[in-house]
Amino acid sequence: MENAGLLTTAVLFLPLVGLTVLLFLNGKTQVENIKWTTFGFTILTFLASLVMWANFDTSVAGLQMVHQWEWLNIQVGGNTITSTYYVGVDGLSMLLVLLTTFIMPIAVLASFSMHVLEERGRQKLYYGFLLLLEWAMLGVFMIQDLIIFYVFWEVTLVPMYFLIGIWGAERRVYAAVKFFLYTMAGSILMLIAILYVANVTGTFLLPEIIAQVQANPNIWNEWSGAASASNVTGALLFFGFFVAFAIKVPIFPFHSWLPDAHVQAPTTGSVILAGVLLKMGTYGLVRFNLSMFPEQSVQYAGFIALLGVIGIIYGAWVSYAQTDVKKLVAYTSISHLGFVVVGIFALNSQGIQGATLQMVNHGISTGGLFLIVGIMYERYHTKAMDAYGGIWRIAPAFGAVALIVSLSSMGLPGLNGFIGEFTILLGSLGSNYLGFFFTLFATLGVIMAAVYILYMFQHVFMGELKVPHGEDAGTFSLNLKWNEVAVLIPIIVLIFWIGVQPGGFFDIMSASTNELVSHVETAHTEVMDANPVETNAEFAYVGETVVTSDAAE
Amino acid sequence: MHMDSYANLIPLVILVPAIGALINLVLGHKLGERISGLVGVTASVLAFIFSVLIFAYLNDPAVVTGAVINPVAFFDGWIRIGSEAGFNVSIPWQFRVDTITAVMLLVVTGIGSLIHIYSIGYMHGDPKYGRFFAFLNMFLMFMLILVSGNNFLMMFVGWEGVGLMSYLLIGFWWEKSGPVGWKNSDAGRKAMIANRVGDFGIIMASILIFWTFGTLDYYSPGEVANSCYVLEHAGAISELQAEHGECDMEAVNAFAAGEAGHSEEGDATEEGGETEGSEHSDANAGIVLVQHTEETGEAEHGEGEATAEGEHAAAPHMTAEEMTNANFLPAQMGAFNQLATLMQLDEGEEILWNVDASGNAIMRGREVDFGPFSADISAMLFLIIFFLLLGATGKSAQIPLFVWLPDAMAGPTPVSALMHAATMVTAGVYLLVRSNVFLAYSPEGRFLIAIIGASTALMAGIIAMGQWDIKRVLAFSTVSQLGFMVAAVGVGAYVAAIFHLATHAVFKALLFLGSGSVIHGVEHGHHHVHEHHGHDDHHDDHHDEHEFDPQDMRNMGGLRRRMPITFLTYLAGTFALSGLPIFAGFWSKDEILLDALVHGSESTHPLDQLAGFLVFFILLIAAAFTAFYMWRQIQMVFYGDPRSEAAAHAPESVASMTVPLIILAIGATFVGLINVPGGAWPFTLFYKEHEFTHFLEASMPSITTGHVLSFNWLVAGIATLFAFLAIFVAHSIYAGNKAVRGEHGAEDGRDPLQDQASTSQLFVAASRRLYWDDFYFATVVRPYQRIAAFLANVVDWNFWHDYVHDKVIKRGYDAISGLLANPLDIGLIDGAVNGIGRLVSYFSGRFRTIQTGYVRTYAVVLLLGVVAVIVLMVLPLIPTGS
Repeated sequence: MENAGLLTTAVLFLPLVGLTVLLFLNGKTQVENIKWTTFGFTILTFLASLVMWANFDTSVAGLQMVHQWEWLNIQVGGNTITSTYYVGVDGLSMLLVLLTTFIMPIAVLASFSMHVLEERGRQKLYYGFLLLLEWAMLGVFMIQDLIIFYVFWEVTLVPMYFLIGIWGAERRVYAAVKFFLYTMAGSILMLIAILYVANVTGTFLLPEIIAQVQANPNIWNEWSGAASASNVTGALLFFGFFVAFAIKVPIFPFHSWLPDAHVQAPTTGSVILAGVLLKMGTYGLVRFNLSMFPEQSVQYAGFIALLGVIGIIYGAWVSYAQTDVKKLVAYTSISHLGFVVVGIFALNSQGIQGATLQMVNHGISTGGLFLIVGIMYERYHTKAMDAYGGIWRIAPAFGAVALIVSLSSMGLPGLNGFIGEFTILLGSLGSNYLGFFFTLFATLGVIMAAVYILYMFQHVFMGELKVPHGEDAGTFSLNLKWNEVAVLIPIIVLIFWIGVQPGGFFDIMSASTNELVSHVETAHTEVMDANPVETNAEFAYVGETVVTSDAAE
Repeated sequence: MHMDSYANLIPLVILVPAIGALINLVLGHKLGERISGLVGVTASVLAFIFSVLIFAYLNDPAVVTGAVINPVAFFDGWIRIGSEAGFNVSIPWQFRVDTITAVMLLVVTGIGSLIHIYSIGYMHGDPKYGRFFAFLNMFLMFMLILVSGNNFLMMFVGWEGVGLMSYLLIGFWWEKSGPVGWKNSDAGRKAMIANRVGDFGIIMASILIFWTFGTLDYYSPGEVANSCYVLEHAGAISELQAEHGECDMEAVNAFAAGEAGHSEEGDATEEGGETEGSEHSDANAGIVLVQHTEETGEAEHGEGEATAEGEHAAAPHMTAEEMTNANFLPAQMGAFNQLATLMQLDEGEEILWNVDASGNAIMRGREVDFGPFSADISAMLFLIIFFLLLGATGKSAQIPLFVWLPDAMAGPTPVSALMHAATMVTAGVYLLVRSNVFLAYSPEGRFLIAIIGASTALMAGIIAMGQWDIKRVLAFSTVSQLGFMVAAVGVGAYVAAIFHLATHAVFKALLFLGSGSVIHGVEHGHHHVHEHHGHDDHHDDHHDEHEFDPQDMRNMGGLRRRMPITFLTYLAGTFALSGLPIFAGFWSKDEILLDALVHGSESTHPLDQLAGFLVFFILLIAAAFTAFYMWRQIQMVFYGDPRSEAAAHAPESVASMTVPLIILAIGATFVGLINVPGGAWPFTLFYKEHEFTHFLEASMPSITTGHVLSFNWLVAGIATLFAFLAIFVAHSIYAGNKAVRGEHGAEDGRDPLQDQASTSQLFVAASRRLYWDDFYFATVVRPYQRIAAFLANVVDWNFWHDYVHDKVIKRGYDAISGLLANPLDIGLIDGAVNGIGRLVSYFSGRFRTIQTGYVRTYAVVLLLGVVAVIVLMVLPLIPTGS
């Protein structure tokens, strides 16, 4: 177990090691070395995470490969600040860690031929940021200490901010700042909530907090330290976390930063943003909201799932009217992640497992779409859909790949997107807290996805050939570079793999999800039993549990 | 290899076209036409041969029930989600081989092979020749998955797969220059989206089925679909009892009592039967039951059985329990038998449903209860059928989703023949027939289906009478005929529906290929004229080429002399479609009409009675329309004088095209004899009566109508009379070259009906497709686009993005940061807040010109700020202890 824990730490810090190596390279003369070092380290991280997967015990519900080390313990005026380096993965984290380590080498490889890098230079800085970003994202998915989690959460902002701000398109700085401020605004609410949680539970460690919640589901509302604890407290805490995550996802109506960020970001930025960063939000919802606030999750499941359903329809509808290819793809994220939100708040195994798989699927298919758009952008230097047309005529294989990725995004059965969508929809109908109409309207998204995706595919890949300015229609060809081909292959492989044999992926998260679901159910039942009608009787019960839990400690 | 193992060939049936597709896809451009075509045809023919073996195997009288086959071990299930609540999701890749599947396999690969062969000639010279065959093969693969999957979701994989192939093949010629190419790709997109609406229904239905039954499987391994049929074969009950559904446990117990004596006979020496379960045979009863060959399913249900029944789990022959599925707990069965079990219950009655992991009994009654949803099973059933029907209306082009099919004719003609006439579009009918157990218990659902089918049949028949395009006529005819099949399902005539599906596949494929041959000929004639004209006429020709439409019947005429083989075969197809006696369509259409009539007169439920009579009369009229528009077409295309130079010079097609036509024409003439009803003298002398019905019965537990109806001379006579009358009328209107090519080209040509005051309005309406497309454009397409634009530009961008965020929120932020910056001017907080404040001012204006150096400073400040804020805020708040 000790060694396995070190493995987790190794995966987490490999990118940072890479970054350190990078520091010793000369940014002007050793650009090739910098590229390959970065790529090497992302691949190394990926391989290490595969080893983690191999060591992952699917029958264990809780955290595994845990590595723990108390790094902060200061006495300040009678108060103790304890913060623990505590990493480990459960089924949910494992999948997202794999997603991160899978997407990063692709993102790095895709950067090799990015024109904007040559134009604006500072490649060392660029690749450094990619490694920093990978480290931070892995941290978010692995860290089990709230305060360190928060730090990692915030650190992800910095490299992404620069990626957009330095290597982005025309309005890059505007988009970068908006991205930064918008997300920060949400995080600050989360920070306050984290501090309150720590005050109630006396710890920052998530497993311990969950254990306390398990012992007393009503813990947030009855904290004796607060002068006027009430039902509102739990809700406020819940929404403190929720808003931070909702902005990150983004859940409608917090999505306003997303089109700006995506459209302005360089290809890599968009790939990572869609591929991994957004999943931090949905991951947070499952990891923190559901496990720390089971009762509140149940209470607001309908409301949040409604936002999800609105997001599905709204995102799909809005993306259909886009004239900018990249913006179209950006809006599809809102629709797809709407599915994920619905799945999470179905609060049953089908929904949450489907949602988690859909996080991975969305990373693959939308990441793939951004790669494809990026490849075309490198040639056409525009994102306007009008400028494209007939690309399938000159690039049959590339067109076929684009079609497959589009269909995956559309949810064609046999490809990955369908598996996630279907299980989410399955979960939403069987959910105790949602039901028929959620499913009905969410399923409409399936039709609407076909509308926008096929519209885009027809306009970009079919019809008369349109060539970039100054190119001759007779001789123009995409001339795909080797790295551009290489990044698309793993995407295609995974699209089919998950589409045909998703069993292994479900197995990874099965135990963890089931435990989470029963955790939520139990907590909800307990609260309901204790509190069938919301009266003062609640407090009598509350007193009892406090006593028992104290005694237990 | 034993005969019985032929059911295990099913994965190969799918694999072969998959390999063919892969070869052509990867190497297509290198192989050249000859090899590409050969690969495609070989794959298809091999699949056909395997299908024939499977068919022959199931046709063996000793084999009375289908099998559930697991594919190679490489596929370990598909979707599996362990759940805490007992509703484990387990959706495997698993095949169902029974007689319905066998018929579909035969139709798909048989017609498919002929069309592959035909395509060799038809696609000659096409630059994407290899890709065409790859797509055709891939279509076969998906279609075969569709008809052989053992659960609704696997069916859906095939369903969407053929939809995708349809999209790609309708738009196959998107590369044509100008608006034609764009129109082709538009047609493909339209098809896909209309089908997606149907798919929405399938997804909803699947989800509802799952939560109602806890499974999406049709049948579990070892489960018998039609107990009555099996018991009848075993001699446990009489044929009469079987017909009346009297195969309940009482009859079985009586049988089992007699059976107990020789149960020890079979067990010891049966080769491998015990554990593998590949063959269970009972010499006495003459029954071979093919069961699952693989492990996954068995382990599960084996456990369940042990808990429930004890010892019967691995009996070497088919016991009474096995025949009646008594060794399955209801929850272990597929959806269909579960439903049948539930429907036997009275309100409030509960039975042992399942046994959970810890051995507790789970009881269940009629109500379906999950989440906040609670309803009686019959209400649930109607909902399921409604959504299944929505799916079927998409794929099988029924009202309201049929609008894509006529546009689908933009694809190459072999595609129209194979997918949009013979096979793919029948998927909806297949789905409904497959779900016949559902329908058997829902009169409301049946009624809805019957009405949709019948009205589609009539409506499309009307539209077909007003079309000029040779393929459009056939397209609407297909819609109409699919309406016949759906209506048949609605009146409980499942066998008749499949029978008509099969005969229709033959003669409609024939007609489409014939029309392809005509178009091909006219096109060649056109080129011929083009080549042989001097330079003087060249200008005119060029103009003409722009206008000339080789599919417009106004450009044809007199082709019977130029293309005799095409003509004769087309005639056979027309007779078959019109339902003239002896020809294939006669038998199948008659079967539907008779079943509808019997359904109307003998059913007890008023909705069934109404549906039966409505369907009978509507279909009778629709059948007359069919004969009318087909004869109109024959007259316009093959009779009279050529109305264009192209038609005058059209050559007969090559042998690779005419040979499939001849084969299909023979089929269209005789294939109906596979199901000659009793009393249809003299045919019964040569053919076993209702052979096809008996064959299908094994997989259809709920044949409520037309079980073994005798031939009804009156109904057949009336139908025939209608057909002849319609042909007579059509002949009197159109014979003698009356539809003329106008002075300025085909578009000016007029139909005699158009010039007659009493019919001109109807004709115009029919030629405008009864305004369906206009209606959808006005009520769905335009509003959808407008709302999309409104949401995207006004709501999302101008209001939410620009106004709320970039104006309102930013200003508020500015104000607060200004307020905070001064009073809280202490230490590190200053830095942090100041950083934000500066960022905001930076945000507000100078972002275009700022140097990247600043950006770095800001981020570093921010990072420090974050850390500082954390530390400062944490310090006083941390509680003691812990």
